[in-house]
Amino acid sequence: MESAVVESRPEVLAALARILPREALLVEAEDTRPYECDGLTLIRQRPMAVALPQTEAQVVAVLRLCHRLGVPVVPRGAGTGLAGSALPDAGGVLLSMARFNRILAVDRRACTATVEPGVRNLAISEAAAPQGLYYAPDPSSQVACTIGGNVAENSGGVHCLKYGLTLHNVLRVRGYTVDGEAVEFGSLAPDAAGLDLLALVVGSEGMLAVTMEVTVRLVPRPELARCIMASFADVAQAGDAVAALIAAGIIPAGLEMLDQAASRLVEPFAHAGYDLEAAAVLLCESDGTPEEVEEEIAHMSQVLRAAQATRIQVSRDEAERLKFWAGRKNAFPAAGRAAPAYYCTDGTIPRKHIGQMLKSIQAMERRYGLSCPNVFHAGDGNLHPLVLFDDSDPDSVARAEAFGAEILEESVRLGGTVTGEHGVGMEKLNQMCSQFDRPTLDAFAAVKRAFDPAGTLNPGKVIPSLHRCAEYGRQRVVGGALPHPELPRF
Amino acid sequence: MDATLGQLVEQVRGATQARTPLRIRAGGSKDFYGNPSRGQILDPRPWQGIEAYDPSELVVTARAGTRLAELEAVLAAQGQMLAFEPPHFGPDATVGGCVAAGLAGPRRASAGYTHGGLRDFLLGARLLDGRGQLLRFGGTVMKNVAGYDVARVLAGSLGVLGLLVDVSLKVLPLPRAEVTLRFELGEAQALERLCDWQGRPLPVSGSAWCQGALTVRLSGAEAALAAARGRLGGEAIAAADASAFWQDLREHQLEWFAGELPLWRLAVPPQAPPLALVGAQLIEWGGGQRWLRSAQAPARIREEAARLGGHATLFRGGDRAGGVFSPLNPALLAIHRRLKQAFDPAGIFNPDRLVQGL
Repeated sequence: MESAVVESRPEVLAALARILPREALLVEAEDTRPYECDGLTLIRQRPMAVALPQTEAQVVAVLRLCHRLGVPVVPRGAGTGLAGSALPDAGGVLLSMARFNRILAVDRRACTATVEPGVRNLAISEAAAPQGLYYAPDPSSQVACTIGGNVAENSGGVHCLKYGLTLHNVLRVRGYTVDGEAVEFGSLAPDAAGLDLLALVVGSEGMLAVTMEVTVRLVPRPELARCIMASFADVAQAGDAVAALIAAGIIPAGLEMLDQAASRLVEPFAHAGYDLEAAAVLLCESDGTPEEVEEEIAHMSQVLRAAQATRIQVSRDEAERLKFWAGRKNAFPAAGRAAPAYYCTDGTIPRKHIGQMLKSIQAMERRYGLSCPNVFHAGDGNLHPLVLFDDSDPDSVARAEAFGAEILEESVRLGGTVTGEHGVGMEKLNQMCSQFDRPTLDAFAAVKRAFDPAGTLNPGKVIPSLHRCAEYGRQRVVGGALPHPELPRF
Repeated sequence: MDATLGQLVEQVRGATQARTPLRIRAGGSKDFYGNPSRGQILDPRPWQGIEAYDPSELVVTARAGTRLAELEAVLAAQGQMLAFEPPHFGPDATVGGCVAAGLAGPRRASAGYTHGGLRDFLLGARLLDGRGQLLRFGGTVMKNVAGYDVARVLAGSLGVLGLLVDVSLKVLPLPRAEVTLRFELGEAQALERLCDWQGRPLPVSGSAWCQGALTVRLSGAEAALAAARGRLGGEAIAAADASAFWQDLREHQLEWFAGELPLWRLAVPPQAPPLALVGAQLIEWGGGQRWLRSAQAPARIREEAARLGGHATLFRGGDRAGGVFSPLNPALLAIHRRLKQAFDPAGIFNPDRLVQGL
C-alpha cells in the first residue's frame, strides 16, 4: 500500500457519516446482510458498511475518503453477477451504484444512449424502442442486471455471435479511479487517442475504475426474426451441425443448444414444444428484413437437413418464436425447481469440441453421482452445464464443486477458457492458475496497479495469488479427491 | 523454444539489459505513421506463417511476421475475410504491423454484425514484453472474460508495450453479394443522409463522401440488397469500378490522396456537423472518420476535433516533431506511464511512437 492509513472501524464509519446522508449509509448487520453476496450465493461476507450514494459528489467523496484511509471499496450494481465479483470486503465499503438509474439521453441521430450505471439492461432497449432502436447484448438477467455491472463483466447473451458482447456495444465509459480522479475511456467518435483503455475497463470486474456514466451503441431493431428448432439423434451430430452452419457462411442471430436432459428439465415448466426424444435440440435464429430472413431460413434449413437433423420446425409467428426461446431462457429457474440447488459454470471451448465435451460431462455425471443437464450458446462454444446438487448435504456440495472445477479444467485442456461471460470473481480464481502462467498473471496484477496503485478497489478478485496457485496445484495432484470434502470451497 | 523466436527473445533481453531502444519494423509499410521514433531495428519477419486456421471456428492465428496479403488470400480461399478491412499501405505489410497500427478500412462502420474496428476482432495475442517474457492474453474463442482483455489494448498500441508474436483474429464470411450506389450530394446533405440511414435496418458496409458525391456500399443477401436499393435510390456503379474504388479508398490510392499537403485524420461522432476548417475533405464511416488535406495550424485542427467530441491525428506528412496524436489528459497519461513501466520497464520499445516521452 502507498501511504494510506488503515483506520479503525468507528473512525471510518464516523467519517462516512459526515459525507453521506443517514439513509445512504448502512452499517447494522441486518441492513448490510442483503449485500453479503451477489448471484454466487455460496460465498458470503458482510462489508463494514454499505454506501448508497445519491449524487456523483457523494461517490467522489466516498472514494477519496476510503483512499485516504486505505479502506477497500467494492462497487456493486444489481448484484446479479454469478462469479462473486461483487462480494464485499469484510473491512471495506460496498459502494452500491443502484440509485444512479436515470437514462440521460437517447439520441436517434447518433444511435446512442447515455445512461447512469444503475440503469437496467432491458430499460435501455425499452427507452430506445420508440426510435426503432435497441441495445443488443441481452444477458439472461437483463430484466434485473445493470449496465454498470454489464460493463464490469463484459456480459454476453444469446445474440452475441452476431451482435457482439458488451465490449462491442459500449462506446464510452466515464467514471473515477479509486482515488476519486475523473477519467473517461473511449469516445463518441469511432476511437480515442492513446491506448484503448476502454477495452481493459470493460470486463475488469470493477477492479480498475468506478463507472459513473455509460454511452452505448444502439442498433435498428430488425424488422423480422424467425427461429428454427431442429432435433438431432446424437449430440455430436448437433455439434457438427453448428460447424456446418458457420462453414456455410451463415452467422445466425442466435444459435443455442439444449441436450436431452435440459429439454426434459425445461419442457414441463416452459411448454416450449421441445422434442423430448431428441438427444439434442438446436435453436437457430435469423433476423433482418423479411426478404433476408426468408432467404436465410431456407439456407439454414438446407444445411441442418444435410447435417442429419431428424426434425425441423420454423416459427410461424412471433408468439411461436418466443415460445421456442421460453424453454432456453427458463433453463436456470427450471434447474432451480428440479433440485435443491444447481451450480452453473460457463467455460467456452472451440465449437468443434462440443460433442467431445458433452461426452466428458456424461462420464463426470457418473463419477460424481450428480446429474448435469446442458444448455449452451453453441454458436460461440460457451457452455452452461447445470450441475444439480443438494446444498444441505456437504458431501453433495463438495462433489458439485469438484464437478464444476473439472469441467473448467477440461475447457482449458480443449483450448478454451474458464469463463465466457460470467467472469472470474471469487469463483474461478483456482482455474485461473491453470489457464494462465505466472508471468501472465503477474502482468494482470501490473495492469491492476496501473489503475489502482494501492490495490484497494475490489481487491482479491480475478487474479490468484502465487500461494493460492501452489495450493491448488497440490490439490490437483491428489487427483480430484479433495482432502477435506466437508469444507465448502466456493 | 523455436530458434527463430529464441533469437527475437535474445535480442529483446539484450536490449533491456543495455537499455538500448528498439524500433519494431517489419515491411516498413507504416513507417510514415505515428511519432518519430528511434532505436535498433527489431524485425519479426523471420517469425511468420499461419499457426492455426479452422474456417468453421471463424478464427485464424497467425505469426506477427506473416504478410497480411498472404493471410487475406488464405481466408479468401475459404470464403472468409478480415471484416475490419485493414489498409496494407504496401505489399510488405505484416499481420503484426497491421495489429500494432490498429487501422481499419471502409468496412469499419458497417451496419450489423460486421461492425467494428480491429480491436473488436482481436481475440488473443502473444506478447514478448520488455523482460523477454512471452505472455499470452485472450485466446481463440469468441467469448472469453478470464482476466483483463490485454490483447485488445495491443491493437493500435504501436508496439510500445512489446513485440506482438502471434495474434488470433475473428474472421467472417465474405458477403454473399455487394452493390455500390452513388448520390450527388453536398457535404451537409450527405452527413444528414448517412445519419438517417444508420438508424434504419439497412445493410450499409461502407460510405465515402468527397467532391459532391456520396458513394455507399451495401453487403448481404441478394434479397436484402434488392430491397435496400429500392428504398435508397441512387445510381448503381459497375461492379469492377466499385471494387476498384473501395480498394483504392482503403489503400489511400484514390486521386484525392495524392499531393503534398499534410493529411489529417479526424475521428469525430458521426453525427457531428461539417468541420469549420479550411481544406479538402473525404468523409468515411458514416461521418465518423474525416480525412482533411489542410495546411491549417495543428492547434486549430485539434481544437475543432475536440469541440466536436473527437480527436485529430496528423496521419501523413506535415511537421511531425510536435507530436502527431491528440495529447492525453493527465489522468489517462498517468495510467499510460504505469502500463508502459509494467510491460517495458527499461523503456526500450518504440520510444515516443504513440505518446511523446513514453
